[in-house]
Amino acid sequence: MLSFNIQFTGEFIAFFALAVCAIVGAVLALNFTKVVHMTLSLAFTFVSLAGLFVLLGAEFVAFVQVLLYVGAITILMIFGIMMTKHQGEGQEPSRPLRETLAAIGCVCLLLILIYAIRDAKFPGDAAPLPQDTTREIGKLLFTQMAIPFELVSVLLTVAFIGAVALAKREEDPQ
Amino acid sequence: MNMLASYLTLAAVLFCIGLYGVITKRNAIIVLLSIELMLNAVNLNLVAFSKYGVHPSLTGQIFSLFTMTVAAAEAAVGVAILVAIYRNRASVNVDEFDELRR
Repeated sequence: MLSFNIQFTGEFIAFFALAVCAIVGAVLALNFTKVVHMTLSLAFTFVSLAGLFVLLGAEFVAFVQVLLYVGAITILMIFGIMMTKHQGEGQEPSRPLRETLAAIGCVCLLLILIYAIRDAKFPGDAAPLPQDTTREIGKLLFTQMAIPFELVSVLLTVAFIGAVALAKREEDPQ
Repeated sequence: MNMLASYLTLAAVLFCIGLYGVITKRNAIIVLLSIELMLNAVNLNLVAFSKYGVHPSLTGQIFSLFTMTVAAAEAAVGVAILVAIYRNRASVNVDEFDELRR
């Protein structure tokens, strides 16, 4: 069921190495007991995904991935870990029933997805993307996608002001 | 075609690992990070389709940029809510945040 009739080209070998790195990082993140180790392991996964984006010809997205996920979100989570205490970690009682049910559900979803992917008919090779994707993305963002771009900037502003307002220490009402 | 199926399979695997983490982990920070992993798997799908899809174009990459922006906003607000809850409850265990259920 898992065979995809793959030719062993250079691209596939690079894809395989990066995919193994990504999956190993994600699985290790679920198995570590310390929260900081989990976070760093997921950062490894995010770096591997940036490599996959480079492999797909999306250099700009890969760069944003490294900046945003590895640079911003992981560091934000580490700050979150530092601001909260985690002394009781690793000693929590296990819940075998719930974890087994979750594992069964996730594996079923995965099998359904793999079955759907194997059954789907994808088109053959189509026209290649332009060489200078960063320039083209910039042009698209400021012409065709200008309104979504501005909306996203408004969303970011609102979200960050809201985050500051939420995390600020509440003063005593007098 | 084969490469597209491989990318989609990898994204499905990462999505399911993230889903398992969201369901089973109790630490709220790890739950947030698992959600980020799921969003990243979707990004991988979008970028893969922007190269190998029916009509290869840059729209997939731009869409993944928007997804990353929303993910960043979500992470910031999530950590802010977590810090606020921790200040009141002195815990980050998601099982203890059940005041609405009582």
